Amino acid sequence: MRASTLGGIDCDVHPALPGMAALMPYLDAHWREQVNFRGIDGLDLLCFPPGVPAHGRPDWRAPAGGKPGADLAALRAHVLDGFGLDIAILNCLYGIAGLGNEPLAAALARALNDWIAAEWLDREPRLRAAIVIPTQNPDMAVAEIERRAGDKRFVQVMVLAMGDMPLGKRMLWPIWAAAERHALPLAIHAGGTARHATTGSGWPSYHLEDYVTTSLAFQAQLLSLVSEGVFAQFPGLTVVLLESGFTWLPAFLWRANATWRALRVEVPWVDRPPADIIREHVRVTLQPADAPPDPRDFSRLIDQLGSEHMLLFATDYPHWQFEGREAFPPGFPAGLRRRVLTDNPRETYPRLCTAPAEETPA
Amino acid sequence: MTPPEGSPPAVRRERPARARPRLIDCDIRHALRTIEDLNPWLSRRWRDHLTHYGSRQPVAFAGQWAAKARADAWPPSGGPPGSDLDFLRAQQLDRHDIAWGLLNLQFPQGMDERNQELGAALCRALNEWVVERWTSRDKRLKAAIIVPGEDAEAAVEEIERWAGHAGFVQVAMATRAIEPPGRRRYWPIYEAAARHNRPIGLRVSGYNGRAVSAAGWPSYDVEAQHGAALTQQAAVVSLVTEGVFELFSSLRVVVLGAGFAWVPSLCWRFDRHWERMRDEAPHLTDRPSEAIRRHFWFATHPAEAPERAEDLRRVIDWVGWDRILFASGYPQRDMDDPEQALPIRLTEDERRMVFGGNARAVYGLA
Repeated sequence: MRASTLGGIDCDVHPALPGMAALMPYLDAHWREQVNFRGIDGLDLLCFPPGVPAHGRPDWRAPAGGKPGADLAALRAHVLDGFGLDIAILNCLYGIAGLGNEPLAAALARALNDWIAAEWLDREPRLRAAIVIPTQNPDMAVAEIERRAGDKRFVQVMVLAMGDMPLGKRMLWPIWAAAERHALPLAIHAGGTARHATTGSGWPSYHLEDYVTTSLAFQAQLLSLVSEGVFAQFPGLTVVLLESGFTWLPAFLWRANATWRALRVEVPWVDRPPADIIREHVRVTLQPADAPPDPRDFSRLIDQLGSEHMLLFATDYPHWQFEGREAFPPGFPAGLRRRVLTDNPRETYPRLCTAPAEETPA
Repeated sequence: MTPPEGSPPAVRRERPARARPRLIDCDIRHALRTIEDLNPWLSRRWRDHLTHYGSRQPVAFAGQWAAKARADAWPPSGGPPGSDLDFLRAQQLDRHDIAWGLLNLQFPQGMDERNQELGAALCRALNEWVVERWTSRDKRLKAAIIVPGEDAEAAVEEIERWAGHAGFVQVAMATRAIEPPGRRRYWPIYEAAARHNRPIGLRVSGYNGRAVSAAGWPSYDVEAQHGAALTQQAAVVSLVTEGVFELFSSLRVVVLGAGFAWVPSLCWRFDRHWERMRDEAPHLTDRPSEAIRRHFWFATHPAEAPERAEDLRRVIDWVGWDRILFASGYPQRDMDDPEQALPIRLTEDERRMVFGGNARAVYGLA
């Protein structure tokens, strides 16, 4: 079993911050006082309630309780050793993007990235991480990228799929310029900050609806990035969709091409079909695979993606997307596994190909 | 796959039966010449109100929707595209030998009107207008009952008024309502529609004050137009998850204006996560994909454009050949010609179903 993922690179693993207390050593006196005085805590994203069975696989939960994903030894055993992986990329989901207070968001992003470096990366050489940024304020977001970019163990910049505004908007371009400059892909993870209703039809009643329709937010983000001309402006930028699902991609690409053909006069900088642009610049993680019930449909679907370079291996640990070590869904083409496990991640993340710096720059 | 429960509406024989089935176009967008067309059916109060205050909707300005029509659809009589019966008849119905054309009004919605009394008055007037100016003048045309959906009581009243009228075959519902369409506030509408055996025609429409997606407000029409079609997926998820079909087991919903290639992957994703989270919605007895298979039909417009046409066949195999309804979207710029809407070779049976048989079944058309 294990051999099927041996030497792989897991592009979506979630370490959990135990609580604000863990960040206190990484905050300066001003922000420590703010946190104490205002009792700031509990910034875990409501879009991933840890009690929901789907967001913590039973055998990946700590026997004593607590947040799944909070323990390095467990993560090492479950993910790195469990799947025989060479590398796992930590994408820490925390509610920084939901704060209205921009300086606080910037301080917490700094602290969170420093905490990840010290408590995880320094202790386990197989781990890499995403830089969490205060997307609310592009200047501060750029500053955080610049501050952390020297540490090659940080391999991407991460934002949420549902934030203040569509990610292609020009106001955010300085952030994407910094990411491109440092060979850091822009990773967009499922989840949001309740700035906008989770569907264009308003707020659904059930968590199930939110989770299922998250794929629509990803589709809107792709439309935004393409239509605004982000990939024309930043030809070296790669976008990685995390926990997005991907079986919706072919039908989405067909519709995007058709709409572009009808309305392209509006966006002359989109000078080729959106499907071509997306295949070149966008990568997607394997889980949740949202696989069709008939395994034969799966290889057809992979074929419809039209590129062998788009899929990146991911367990989405500790979220419960599959059983045991069956991270590849039934029907996944055997000939594509090695590419998804190692080649595609290495092509996506240039920093995985260089030896990480010995020490974390200050 | 089992057909929907309940018997179809009584068959109305308005044309002699023909040997060869003719085309049914499930989405033709007719239009008012001006809002003043409604004056004969509006009270003095509402006529004055519209003159002085206009319509109140959560949008910054009223856009030029007619500019999205194809250039040759402007009738010589001077109104906007879709507003001239004779012209529409010649350009669409006669040209394609259409047996039945289903009218869907682009604007105004009635449902969007924040002044609910005005909304109810507008809906009433729109239904009177469509009977007098359209369906009674050409029996090939069938309308959707326009309802003030945010006021369920008034909406039900409107359904009761028209459900027995031969000019109407469905109840129009906006996708982008104030709340997701499955929420309880809309249940009386579904109850009435099911009781009268009328499908819900779910249109990509509505101004609900929300961003078109959770990503926020987009910059370009190319995003907004595609994004609005994506909201149909959220509407389907809402109707299923809220248990609307557990309550109204004979209810049928026709999804208009969003194509259908997205249906299989949405079903796979929906089923997978429902399996994981079904304890949150214990009222659901069926797999979501089964509920969708049983209760939904999908209009073809705007036609999907797969890079390899044969991929479309597998998609329809999955959705169900009995669930796809040809729709032209006339007179929109991206309208589909019946000869080109499905760029694959169809068997005679498949053609019969998609271009007429399925619509006859779901709408009870003879």
